[in-house]
Amino acid sequence: MPNISRDEVAHLAKLARLAVTDDELDVFAGQLDQILDSVAKVSEVAAADVPPTSHAVPLTNVFRQDVVVPGLTQQQALAGAPSAEDGRFRVPRILGEEQ
Amino acid sequence: MTELIKLTAAELAEKIHAREVSAVEVTQAHLDRIAEVDDHIHAFLHVDTEGALAAAKAVDEGIAGGKAPASPLAGVPLALKDVLTTEGVPTTCGSKTLEGWIPPYDATVTRKLREAGVVILGKTNMDEFAMGSSTENSAYGPTHNPWDHARIPGGSGGGSSASIAAFEAAIAIGTDTGGSIRQPGSVTGTVGVKPTYGGVSRYGLVAFSSSLDQAGPCARTVLDAALLHEVIAGYDPRDSTSIDAPVPPVVAAARQGANGDLSGVKVGVVKEFGGDGYQPGVERSFQAAVEQLRALGAEVVEVSCPNFVYALPAYYLIAPSECSSNLARFDAMRYGLRVADDGTHSAEEVMSLTREKGFGAEVKRRIMLGTYALSSGYYDAYYGSAQKVRTLITRDFAAAFEKVDVLVSPTTPTTAFKIGERVDDPMAMYLADLCTIPSNLAGNAAMSVPSGLSDEDGLPVGLQIMAPALADDRLYRVGAAYEAARDAAAGGALIHKVPELGGTK
Repeated sequence: MPNISRDEVAHLAKLARLAVTDDELDVFAGQLDQILDSVAKVSEVAAADVPPTSHAVPLTNVFRQDVVVPGLTQQQALAGAPSAEDGRFRVPRILGEEQ
Repeated sequence: MTELIKLTAAELAEKIHAREVSAVEVTQAHLDRIAEVDDHIHAFLHVDTEGALAAAKAVDEGIAGGKAPASPLAGVPLALKDVLTTEGVPTTCGSKTLEGWIPPYDATVTRKLREAGVVILGKTNMDEFAMGSSTENSAYGPTHNPWDHARIPGGSGGGSSASIAAFEAAIAIGTDTGGSIRQPGSVTGTVGVKPTYGGVSRYGLVAFSSSLDQAGPCARTVLDAALLHEVIAGYDPRDSTSIDAPVPPVVAAARQGANGDLSGVKVGVVKEFGGDGYQPGVERSFQAAVEQLRALGAEVVEVSCPNFVYALPAYYLIAPSECSSNLARFDAMRYGLRVADDGTHSAEEVMSLTREKGFGAEVKRRIMLGTYALSSGYYDAYYGSAQKVRTLITRDFAAAFEKVDVLVSPTTPTTAFKIGERVDDPMAMYLADLCTIPSNLAGNAAMSVPSGLSDEDGLPVGLQIMAPALADDRLYRVGAAYEAARDAAAGGALIHKVPELGGTK
C-alpha cells in the first residue's frame, strides 16, 4: 500500500496553494510516495526518550533597544508590488463568487 | 587568457594594494572573461558591469588618495549567489517567481562585502530557492561544469562554484543548507566552507530552511576562503540566530596550516561514509588524502557516528517542512510574480495559480512534502522523529569531538554526474548530500577542499573536513596543510588542470 494517495497529494496541493495539473499529480504522487518510503527510516531510532532539536544553537529571545530605526519608505515597499494603487498594495477581491 | 584572472584573491589584493595593477583593470579582466566564456558555462544570471567597475574605481581612488584598503580583499572581484539580496540589482533565487525583482535593501553579507571594498561582479545561478544538488532546478537553465560541460557543477550553488573554476571570478559566496557550498566545491575542484551556523548573518538571505541555511565562502585556495570568511562573518543584531562571539581566527589558522605541520592534530575518519554507493575513484582519492594527513604528522583514527546514516532522511523532512512555511511568503500580493489577476479570480485563486506558474517541480515537491510532514496525524512520525534524529546526530558529533579535533570523509559519494542523469529521480539526486548534511543538522563548521582527480574519470574529488561549532579555524589549519602538501606532491594547484575554455565560442 502506498504511503500517500493521489487524492492526498491533491489535498496537500490545495493546502499549499498550488494549482497543480492532473499530469503533475500523477508524477508527484509516485515521487512523494517514494520519498516518504525512504525518509520514514527516521522512526527506527527516534525513541521516546530522545529530546527533539529544533535548532542547532540554543535560542534565547533577543531584545533590541526600543528606539526608532529607519525602515523602507512607502515607495521602496511598493517598488516590487505586482500592482499598487493610491500608495497601497492592490490585491484581487478576497471573497469568491459563492461568498 | 590574461594572467590576472589566474591569480588567487590574496595575490590580486596584494598587487592592487601595492598599485602594481588597478582594481579597475582586474575587474575588467574578469568581465572580459565572463563575456568570453559564460555562454558556455552559464554561471551568471546577472552581470553588473557598471556597479562592478564603479566599486573598483572607488577602491583605486581610495588607495591613490593614500587611504588604507578597507579590507585585505579590497578590489578583488567576487560572484554572489542570487539568493542574497542586493539593493538595486536583480535577485531571483533561480525562480520565475522573482524574475526581475529588484530588492530595496542589501543583505548583511552584501553590505559587508561592499564595505570591505570587494567588487561584486554579478549574481550566480542556482537551484531554485537553493533546492537541489545540480543547479538543474534553476528556472533559467543549468550551469555547466568547467571540467566537463556535459556535467553538473553541483548545487545548489553551481553558479558560484563554476564561476571560480572557470576563472570568471576570484572568489564567490554560496549558501549551504544541506551541502550547497561544499558539494559544488567538491565537483569543481574548488574550496567551499560552511561556517558554524550563526557565524554569518542570514539577514537578506532568502530563506529556504531557516534552522539550516548558512552563507559561506567559495574560493580556489584555502587562504582565499579564509580571507573571505573574515569579511562576511560576525554578529548581526538583524539575525536573531547570529552568534554574539568573536569570529574564529581563520586567516591565522590558514597561514599556520600552510607551514605543513599537523603534529598533535587528531583526525577521525567517519566509518559510516564509505563502501556501497561510493564511487571507487572517490574512495581511493579519499584514502590518499588521509595518508597525506598522516604524513603531515596528524594522528588518524577511525570514528563511528552511527546516526549519520539517518541524517539524509531527517534532512528531507526538516528542510521541506521549514520550506513549506518559508515559501508561503510568495503569495503574489506584495512582490514577485502575479498571474490571472483579471478581475474574475479571487485573491486565493490568483495566489494558487501564481505559485503553480512561478515554482518549479522540485520546489512544489518539497512544499507538499513539508506540508504533509507537518500535518496533524503525521507530525510525530515524520517531523517529530526527524527532530529527534537531529539530537542523535549532535550527540554523535559531541562524542567524536571528545576523541578527535576534526572529522573527515569524502564530500560527496561521486564525481560530477551528467546533466539530466538524475533529474527525474529525486532520491538519487538527494544522495549527493549524504555526507554534508550532518553538519547542517548539528550546526557545526565544515569544509570541502580538493583532493585531486578521480583515477577512473579524471574529475575532481573533494575531501570534507568537519570541526566543532565555533572551531572553524581548525578546518582552515588542516585544509591549508593538506592543500599545500597535495599541491606540492602534484606539482601545482589542481584548479590549473581545468581545461582551457577560451576561444571555443
